[in-house]
Amino acid sequence: MPSGILFAVAFICAVMEFILEGFFQAFHLLASGNAETYSAIWATVKVSSYSICCSLLIGIPLGFCLGYFDFRGKKPLRTVVDTLMALPTVFIGLLVYAFITQRGPLGNFGLLFTLPGIAIGQTILALPIIIGLSATAVESMDEKLRIAIMSLGANRRQLFISSLWEARHGLLAGAIAAYGRVMTEVGISMMVGGNIKWHTRTITTAIALETNKGQFGLGVALGIVLLAIAFCVNISVSFLRRRV
Amino acid sequence: MKRLCVAVFCLMLVVYLRPDSAAAGENMLMMATTTSTDNTGLLDYLAPKFKEATGIELKWTATGTGKALKLGENCDVDILMVHAPPAEKKFVADGFGTERLEIMYNDFVIIGPESDPAGIKGKSIKDAFATLKTKQAVFTSRGDNSGTHKKELSLWKAADLPVPEKESWYVQTGQGMLATINIAAERNGYTMTDRGTYIKYESNLKGNPPLKILVEGDAVLLNQYSVIAVNPTHCAKANYNTAQQFIKWIAGPDAQNLIKEFKLLGKPLFTPNAKM
Repeated sequence: MPSGILFAVAFICAVMEFILEGFFQAFHLLASGNAETYSAIWATVKVSSYSICCSLLIGIPLGFCLGYFDFRGKKPLRTVVDTLMALPTVFIGLLVYAFITQRGPLGNFGLLFTLPGIAIGQTILALPIIIGLSATAVESMDEKLRIAIMSLGANRRQLFISSLWEARHGLLAGAIAAYGRVMTEVGISMMVGGNIKWHTRTITTAIALETNKGQFGLGVALGIVLLAIAFCVNISVSFLRRRV
Repeated sequence: MKRLCVAVFCLMLVVYLRPDSAAAGENMLMMATTTSTDNTGLLDYLAPKFKEATGIELKWTATGTGKALKLGENCDVDILMVHAPPAEKKFVADGFGTERLEIMYNDFVIIGPESDPAGIKGKSIKDAFATLKTKQAVFTSRGDNSGTHKKELSLWKAADLPVPEKESWYVQTGQGMLATINIAAERNGYTMTDRGTYIKYESNLKGNPPLKILVEGDAVLLNQYSVIAVNPTHCAKANYNTAQQFIKWIAGPDAQNLIKEFKLLGKPLFTPNAKM
């Protein structure tokens, strides 16, 4: 029995050392202003901002309609949206590639191996999450609220805005979930972006590359950097939430 | 809500206004290449020198040779640097590329545990593969249609052996070369790799890796790298002139010398052999 415990302790120590080394290396990368790391950070922030903005702009109105109105085929549509939340990222990457390759229907726009190209794929990835979760948020609103707003003489646009306002916490939860998925995906960035140094290399594709190169420590460090960015984003969001 | 909108708007503004370093056009060359030229750091080393000499920025995406050829066929890149001669010749014959120019080589080696449980050390490649099969020693294969994978398949055929597929000792990783070596090391098994990637692996492990070179030097193990410009009549938008500039540069004496000088642990990874 003691040998078992000893083994467990040794094992945990080894794992801890691995992660600790990653922490130090992550700190070093950031503090020393490592150009490659900052280029990947910037690509990640940029592309995930593009895609989260697009998917919020498209997804919230659609999700609102799906949650707010009653129409035939609403339930099956919900099921479809929920199923699409499970879209595999590599599959989306392949689909987007087929459209934007030079020989594809959208080839003329030159989107392959660019950040906007990745953003298209990531928007497709985020949309079902935004639509599904905002529909749920709107659905779970109090029915009396709508009557109250209407009785105050609100027009349709005002009704839409105030309903969204009441559902804001649910919408925010959806946005955070989608942002997490978008920022951490590898499949689309690799397939559509091509992991091109200084251009489309994001943190996740850099992790995949460093792992392939056998530089595991650097991979862990970059993972920690990604988590740090997500932490900053969530801190800002919770700050905003307290204010509004 | 207003505050949130303002915050999002500011974020978008910052993101859009930042100057993009990707200046498109003539001064950029898009290459599809194999994992070995990227993972060893060769392109990281050559690209700045190429920019210095010509002012052209080299961008590359590293995949297996199979996908690299597909990207060329679909006109998504201007130039290829790959290492699967039969597939390359077919690519040119099909009209997707103009001309194939050999630029450098290294060789494939079979690596395995130092203790060599199957006993293949020093054998010919044919005997080594036959022994691996009869001893059912764990062998990791790339299994990804890359140049290395195609080569390995041809070696099984050359040894008059059926290509293993579902055998429990034959592990198809579907990953890059270094990842495949690592899997072989974890399973205490054998694998085939190009020498460049092996030296990189050795240097990652401070020169003391668990897997050692066991079979080498057979003439069939030559690993030839070539560059091919994508055919401008097939792909009207391909940067053909820029691609030609790269080909001229890489085959020229300066770049050939740079390739010769590219070393890890004091060992050269590639041997230049362009005939111009």
